Order: sequence, then C-alpha cells, then structure tokens
Amino acid sequence: MVNGKRLLVIIPALNEAGSIADVVREIRGELPGVDVLVVDDGSADRTAAVAVAAGARVARLPYNLGVGGAMRLGYRYAHDHDYDVAVQIDADGQHDPRYVPKLVDLLDDYDLVIGARFAGEGDYAVRGPRRWAMGMLSVVLSGLAGTTLTDTTSGFRAANRRMIEMFARWYPAEYLGDTVETLVHAARRGYRIQQVPVAMRRRMAGTPSHSPAKAMIYLGRALAVLTLALIRR
Amino acid sequence: MKLTLVTGLTGLVLLATIVELLRRRQLREKYGMLWLGLLFVVIPLSLFPRLLDGVADLVGVASGVSLVLFLGIVFLLLVCIHLSWEVSALEEETRTLAEEFALLRAEVEADRAERTQQQELVGRDG
Repeated sequence: MVNGKRLLVIIPALNEAGSIADVVREIRGELPGVDVLVVDDGSADRTAAVAVAAGARVARLPYNLGVGGAMRLGYRYAHDHDYDVAVQIDADGQHDPRYVPKLVDLLDDYDLVIGARFAGEGDYAVRGPRRWAMGMLSVVLSGLAGTTLTDTTSGFRAANRRMIEMFARWYPAEYLGDTVETLVHAARRGYRIQQVPVAMRRRMAGTPSHSPAKAMIYLGRALAVLTLALIRR
Repeated sequence: MKLTLVTGLTGLVLLATIVELLRRRQLREKYGMLWLGLLFVVIPLSLFPRLLDGVADLVGVASGVSLVLFLGIVFLLLVCIHLSWEVSALEEETRTLAEEFALLRAEVEADRAERTQQQELVGRDG
C-alpha cells in the first residue's frame, strides 16, 4: 500500500541474476506492503530463482518476448489482480524506488507518470546522435501530450487503473514500442501524461552501449518508430 | 508513356496498401520497413525505367530492365528464405508453448489428485 492504494511493481528482467535480488530487496525495504512481480523474459541464467528467493512473485515466460511482451504480461497481471497502481522499474538498479511515492502522488490527476532524467535532478549526460534522437522524441511527444516530457524512453513509469486497463489490452512488443509508441498511443487517446524529475543511478550490473555507430542506428530506428507511431491509428 | 502509367500506378497502389496495412497494425514494424524500403526503389524505377541503364552498363548487363528483373528475383528469393527462417522460429516457439502447457497441466492434475485423496481420507476418518 502506498497512499492507500494497492500497488504492484513490475520488473521486466532478462538475464539479470546479478542485480535482481538487490533491486527486489530494496523495493521491499523502501516500500513495505507493495507487491513485486518480476517478469522473467526467458532468461538463461538464474534470474527467476534469485528473484523468488528475494521475495518477489515471478512470472516466467517460456521464451524471450522483448520488454514490450514482458510488460504486457505485467499489466495483465495487475489488471487481473485488481491493483490500483502499477509501477514499472528496470531490473538493473538504475531506478531509485524512493521516488515511487512521488510518482504515485500524481496519479490522481494523471493516468501515466514518468520518472524522467534531464529534468533537473541528478547528473546524467548523453551526447551525439543518441542525444539528437532523444531531443527529437522529446519535442514531438511533448507536443502530443501537451506537457513537457524530457525523457520519453524512461522505463520508470507509474500507471493508474485506466492506464493499466489499456496497457493490459494493448502493449506493443516492437523495438522502442514499449516506451515511444505507448506514449503516442496514450496521448492521442486522451490519457493524461506527466513527468517527475528523478536522479538515475549507475547500473549495478551490465554496461550501457556507447559506440557512435550504434547511436546512429538508434537515431534512425527512433525516427522510423516515431513516424510509424504517428501514422498508425 | 502508357507503360510508365501502368508501372507507376502499380507502384503507388502497392505503397498505399503497405502504408494502410501498417496503419491498421496488421504488419509488424520489421516487415513494414522492408516493403517500404523496397518501394522507395521501385516507384522511381517504374516512373523512369531507364534510370538503371548506367548501372547496368557498369556491371555488364545489356539493359537496365534485365538488371531489375535479376535483382527482383534475387530479392524475392531472399524474402522467401527470411520467411522460412521466421516460420522455423515460430514452430520452435509453439513447440515450447505446447511443452509449457503440458507441464502446467501435469502439475495441476497432480495437485488435484492429491487434494481429492486428502479429502477422501478426511471423509473416511470423519
């Protein structure tokens, strides 16, 4: 329970046995009374076993569906078990669960609240094509949502009942679909979106990619996904 | 001139079909991008069939049209191979799903059998 609401934390995880236990334990420590569902997206390591040992409920997918596939399963679980709020947190430990109440506070007035970097809190910098891609996404999506969204690809989000119901029915499994396309779709259908500034931490395990070629490909794909999302119904 | 009209129109109809399929979410992104990319080559060519003559000369093909035919067949073959590959992956996935389902059913049935047994024991004692 957070602010009198039944809350489910959904953590999509793929081969995160190294960090998942700490993430689950921290969430359960910071947010007592909250249920944690780890969606194991076909991991080859001991992610599921480690998460269960740390006290999470685990839904194991028989094979990899991608973040979008894992998230729809999470939202369906939230919908079927009648949760008031679903919060999505990354398995690598970069999201600080102490911000969750801040996100949840806004859910009375908004349907989807995003924990955003680059919004004044924390020091997180990206450069080059990746930055241009994020800037472009931010401008277009801010326009659609009618509010400033600085971090559209953030995987730190909270959804209320209305939003859970939509995500349980519809959640794209395509590349960047889980972040960008869901925002376009939700904003167009009149769901209210807002962001809260958060500081991101260094990942506990794994390293982010920094190669310029990959960043260019990212920019191209982001453009394609955005265009597609905009012409789609 | 007539031919240009026919080929050009065909290209545009194909483009409209693909965009509409994408819009209705009947095509996944990866296939949509493939076909859209192809159309960006096909439509200019259908309007100006002589466009490839220069390239044809360069690789030793007599006319640009033959080159287009050749490239078209190669492309279609590649698409066929890709689709076979996708179908193989899908078959593997349904197989895994069927196994998961069978395992779950076995567990549920074992659970149920255990419970009815317990109930019978309780019934006899009471």
